[in-house]
Amino acid sequence: MKILKLSFIFLLIFSFNSLKASNVDMNSKITKNLRCLICQGQSVYDSDSEFAISIKVIVDKKLEEGFSENQIYDFFKEKYGDWILYDPVLNKNTYILWLLPILIFLIGGAIISKTFIIKKK
Amino acid sequence: MKNKLLPIFITSIFIIIFIFFYKGLQNSNIYTPEAKINNKIPSFSGELFFKDKIINSSDFFKLDQFYLLNIWSSWCVPCREEHPLLMNLGKNNNIELIGINYKDTKINAKNFLSELGNPYRKIIFDKKGVNAIEWGAYGVPESFLIKDGIIIKRYIGPLNQKLFSEINQLIK
Repeated sequence: MKILKLSFIFLLIFSFNSLKASNVDMNSKITKNLRCLICQGQSVYDSDSEFAISIKVIVDKKLEEGFSENQIYDFFKEKYGDWILYDPVLNKNTYILWLLPILIFLIGGAIISKTFIIKKK
Repeated sequence: MKNKLLPIFITSIFIIIFIFFYKGLQNSNIYTPEAKINNKIPSFSGELFFKDKIINSSDFFKLDQFYLLNIWSSWCVPCREEHPLLMNLGKNNNIELIGINYKDTKINAKNFLSELGNPYRKIIFDKKGVNAIEWGAYGVPESFLIKDGIIIKRYIGPLNQKLFSEINQLIK
């Protein structure tokens, strides 16, 4: 019985630890994808500015409240706009950014295949 | 005919891409935050500075009343510069000033207020800067003009005489 109790306590502590660890991982993942708006070219994860520190605290708080990754992104997007995300969403301002590589890839492919076909002929 | 068209097509595509990126080079890469206005005020809860009591945003803002929410800190030099203007604005009965004390210590903030005066009706003590982020703020100082639960104007950085006159015009 004593062993059972002890193992239960260990299990409990272990599960809390892993929960905390997964929150820490998630926090790093999210803050790496958030742009520090007052320090150019740095993510919130990399920055130690007051702004970034506050954002990290909020991400922690939201994760503890059970917010999902996307819900947290939405929260910051609502406050600061799309610019805060490193991974831009597809909208009327960013469609060129998303479509241009595909377009170039297709045109490049067409050119290559055309040259080969011509050569073969 | 087809063979002649292809080089023209490729060159024109490269020219278009070149123009596109060349224009992009001339854009400023320094981000200036867009002042989002006409948004509803966020719902939040914060600790009152003088009372050690948690209060909700719904207890702060009444309809039909102008509010200026000012984010400040004792360590922020521009806050010191704009403070006389806030003191002036605090005398106006058409507007209530609410302060968010950002990442400060109570002792320093109290010294700041006893030295320069306290224009605020209420102050939220934001030790970790969480409330400021909930308002979508970038730092200190920053001010939000609020009417009927809507942010009608937002001022990033210190207020100056020109902005002060603008606020006075708006709350007439």
